[in-house]
Amino acid sequence: MEVKEAGYVGEIYRISGPLVVAEGLKARMYDLCKVGEEGLMGEVVGLVGQKVLIQVYEDTEGVKPGDKVENTGMPLSVELGPGLIRNIYDGVQRPLPVLKEVSGDFIGRGIEAPGLDRKAKWEFKPLVKKGDKVKPGEIIGTVQETDVVEQKILVPPNVKEGVITEIYEGSFTVEDTIAVLDNGTELKLYHKWPVRIPRPYVEKLPPVVPLITGQRILDTFFPVAKGGTAAIPGPFGSGKTVTQHQLAKWSDAQIVVYIGCGERGNEMTEVLEEFPELEDPRTGKPLMERTVLVANTSNMPVAAREASVYTGITIAEYFRDMGYDVAIQADSTSRWAEAMREISGRLEEMPGEEGYPAYLASRLAEFYERAGRVKTLAGNIGSVTVVGAVSPPGGDFSEPVTQNTLRIVKVFWALDAKLAARRHFPAINWLQSYSLYVDTLKDWFAENVSEEWNELRRWAMEVLQEEANLQEIVQLVGSDALPDSQRVLLEVARIIREVYLIQYAYHPVDTYCSVEKQYDMLKAIKQINDWFYQALEAGKTVDEIAGVEGMEEFARAKFEENYKPALEAALEKIRKNLLGE
Amino acid sequence: MKMKEYKTITQVAGPLVFVEKTEPVAYGELVTITLPDGSTRRGQVLDTSKDVVVVQVFEGTRGVDTSSTVRFTGDIVKLNCAQDMLGRILSGSGEPIDGGPKIVPEERRSIVGAAINPYARQYPREFIQTGISAIDGMNTLVRGQKLPIFSGSGLPHNDIALQIARQAKVRGEGEEFAVIFAAMGITYEEAYQFMKEFEQTGALERAVVFLNLANDPAIERLLTPRMALTAAEFLAYEYDLHILVILTDMTNYCEALREISAAREEVPGRRGYPGYMYTDLATIYERAGRIRGRKGTITQMPILTMPGDDITHPIPDLTGYITEGQIVLSRELHAKGIYPPINVLPSLSRLMKEGIGEGYTRDDHPQWNDQMYAAYAEGVDLRGLVAIVGEEALSERDRLYLKFADEFERRFVQQGRYEDRDIEYTLDLGWELLSMLPERELSKIERKYIEKYHPKYRKKEAKTEEAAEEAS
Repeated sequence: MEVKEAGYVGEIYRISGPLVVAEGLKARMYDLCKVGEEGLMGEVVGLVGQKVLIQVYEDTEGVKPGDKVENTGMPLSVELGPGLIRNIYDGVQRPLPVLKEVSGDFIGRGIEAPGLDRKAKWEFKPLVKKGDKVKPGEIIGTVQETDVVEQKILVPPNVKEGVITEIYEGSFTVEDTIAVLDNGTELKLYHKWPVRIPRPYVEKLPPVVPLITGQRILDTFFPVAKGGTAAIPGPFGSGKTVTQHQLAKWSDAQIVVYIGCGERGNEMTEVLEEFPELEDPRTGKPLMERTVLVANTSNMPVAAREASVYTGITIAEYFRDMGYDVAIQADSTSRWAEAMREISGRLEEMPGEEGYPAYLASRLAEFYERAGRVKTLAGNIGSVTVVGAVSPPGGDFSEPVTQNTLRIVKVFWALDAKLAARRHFPAINWLQSYSLYVDTLKDWFAENVSEEWNELRRWAMEVLQEEANLQEIVQLVGSDALPDSQRVLLEVARIIREVYLIQYAYHPVDTYCSVEKQYDMLKAIKQINDWFYQALEAGKTVDEIAGVEGMEEFARAKFEENYKPALEAALEKIRKNLLGE
Repeated sequence: MKMKEYKTITQVAGPLVFVEKTEPVAYGELVTITLPDGSTRRGQVLDTSKDVVVVQVFEGTRGVDTSSTVRFTGDIVKLNCAQDMLGRILSGSGEPIDGGPKIVPEERRSIVGAAINPYARQYPREFIQTGISAIDGMNTLVRGQKLPIFSGSGLPHNDIALQIARQAKVRGEGEEFAVIFAAMGITYEEAYQFMKEFEQTGALERAVVFLNLANDPAIERLLTPRMALTAAEFLAYEYDLHILVILTDMTNYCEALREISAAREEVPGRRGYPGYMYTDLATIYERAGRIRGRKGTITQMPILTMPGDDITHPIPDLTGYITEGQIVLSRELHAKGIYPPINVLPSLSRLMKEGIGEGYTRDDHPQWNDQMYAAYAEGVDLRGLVAIVGEEALSERDRLYLKFADEFERRFVQQGRYEDRDIEYTLDLGWELLSMLPERELSKIERKYIEKYHPKYRKKEAKTEEAAEEAS
């Protein structure tokens, strides 16, 4: 390491958990520091008079007042280049496999590990040639990183434009120079970017393309747009993590960044064990080939948890800048907010609601605002879709993190403990949830799925709404008191709930449902609905209609790999039994 | 060893002692305070600066005055670990209290365990048979899981924990679990019940007991679970043992945490509990698990009493967000005389999906589980309706579901304290209950399993077998 100027080394004055106060240190806000003899990583979060407040990303036990603190003079940054895909990082982009090599099964302290492998060689193919003028953010070549991800090598957005004087093709490590500009800038396969600063783009574009998730209740009723934002709040055990995993698995994004922020270690292990085995329905390759994991589990240092969401979104923006559609799953943003609260408490800041810092709302807004469908500096279209899980204490949605999140995000998937208790999964409450993208995505569905799609969707939602109204009456007087037509409606609603809305995440076929299949199923249910009413007019009783032979086959058709013949056969059987030949 | 001794206590506030000093003191350092009468107290540095050091005293501050001597040991809190710990009874801070000899340490380990690298973990999959139907069938426990019992005061959570400790086994393996039992703030009577049971069954030989009783200092409770887990890690990873850790009662632990936080005048979170309680609990619960390439495992079963039976109270709430499910006890079932009073509806085991089915329990288990849940939930819902409109107004189908719910509680959930049911018995019992419903109601189970396990078909099968035998 180079010799530091005087003033860039100071002394510890006080230690209180993850907060260290240094004196005699020259520092700017968010400078990265090395604390104590072990060189623990930390970040400047406050300056008070001559004192510098540092949040430390590692356990501070054993650190003493008087120990030295070194300021690197750099903000907390991530390394962006080949080697990101398939990797699993902690909250400050240290690769966990490297940490395991260095310190064993348990995470040690003061370990420096660069985000990208320095030894791996990548095959670089230039797309520009000598004499070409290149601008910041422009693509100068490619590296085939995995079978499915071609990484585009960009001129870093923070570099001045220039003319290429040298460019090489061949096999390089991330630190080799691959091109030189006339202004003297040497370009490499990677560059660094400070995590707290959003990466630049030309302009934001309207979100008019849905992120297809293969989850019926999400795609049909509450779709999220590419570049959109969604929140999944729910009490524990209601299926936040399973839903997030489903999105990470089946979303039609080209890159998935999964941030495990303050959650269970075994959940990350599950992703690590499962994703290499699962096949992406679009590419036929393992899902891991498009996934980056950031794992800062609940027992890892709290300050690094605060940083992890920024690390994740910066990586996502980098892939967006190549023109990819990126989906981020942040599980859970509540743990991130709590990390902020903990640091804020140590800083003795004036607390806002429930002890959260007053800047909670603005930090959440800033984070979600980094989502979007944009025109990149290179002229492509790329998007970052953010889906944040929220873990409200006691399942109470009126708490500050949920409320502040809902003010920003456009899609709200409300998880419901009652549905979960009866094993109705995904336990997303269809009456409470909403998507503000339904209107903007209408045209896409009409064009790409069917003209009837929007009408079918509206019809199904209406049936579910009507069911909720009728249920109130049923609760009081029993269903026998209802007129026959309403009892038939209850029956249809039951089919929508049990056949359509319930989707088995662990069933090999049902776990992913293409939009086409969604349309076929919904159309079939509408068809059954029409037959029910015809049969009722023809004089059949409600019990006869509800108990019609063929419903069982119909309910099972979704489990078939080749569902169409099964669906047709079941429909035919139902029709015959209801209406005769 | 360099001793740094000070007589510079400036303030004593609850469990905290403020010391002014000159030499630098490390964060987390272990402290000994000698009182004027010669007795000593142990503590730990919570906050340190060049001007003042804040020490939390584990054994309470009674009798501490400004003339007491404070010595900073230069060491952090460690536990003496050895294989000989098995069979011993230790205090809440790790000192032997069974009259036996001192534990000769093979290793002194910091009680703050480093976080397991998620990359080094192995996903838990081995089914543990507890012999309790409501757990094995409905909320299966696997080795390396952390599954708490959410209880209420006066409910038999201790009996359930003991029954699990007694019966838990991984089938096909002869190995028993070694039990580490950490008591925090429980009464002597409760502790006595555990000890007696351990002694009677001979389980004490394979157990380490940490006792912090209700009249022991509250602050010591902050150490107890960490001591217990340090012992668990030592035995699991050094001696390849499968460890079951029972922590009771976590509510008392959280109260101690709140006490310290209040004494430090920290900004409180919900209901006065500190904002970092989630992180703090995570550093305890996340120490369960399996590690790739290591044989030993740590399974955790924390017990907590929900204040006012309120599952949204911060203690059960934060616990539920960290642990891999929960077993919830119900006062209503207890009042009906049902043991174990496990309410399966809010209960959950997040890891069961990977630990059940073919090769683990039995092929029909996953779908059987869905169906049992749906049927019982439906029956419980109908009870609400019956209360309003009377049973007469129900349809035939609804009445069957009502009956199912009753039978489910009476026959499936209810069992003896010493009744050890194997998983086949549990599943078959479930099938027997399901056969009360018309077959078309079993929509969550595939045809092939119905034909294989439904009593109707099994009887036929048995009959044809008999007939074949007679013919021969």
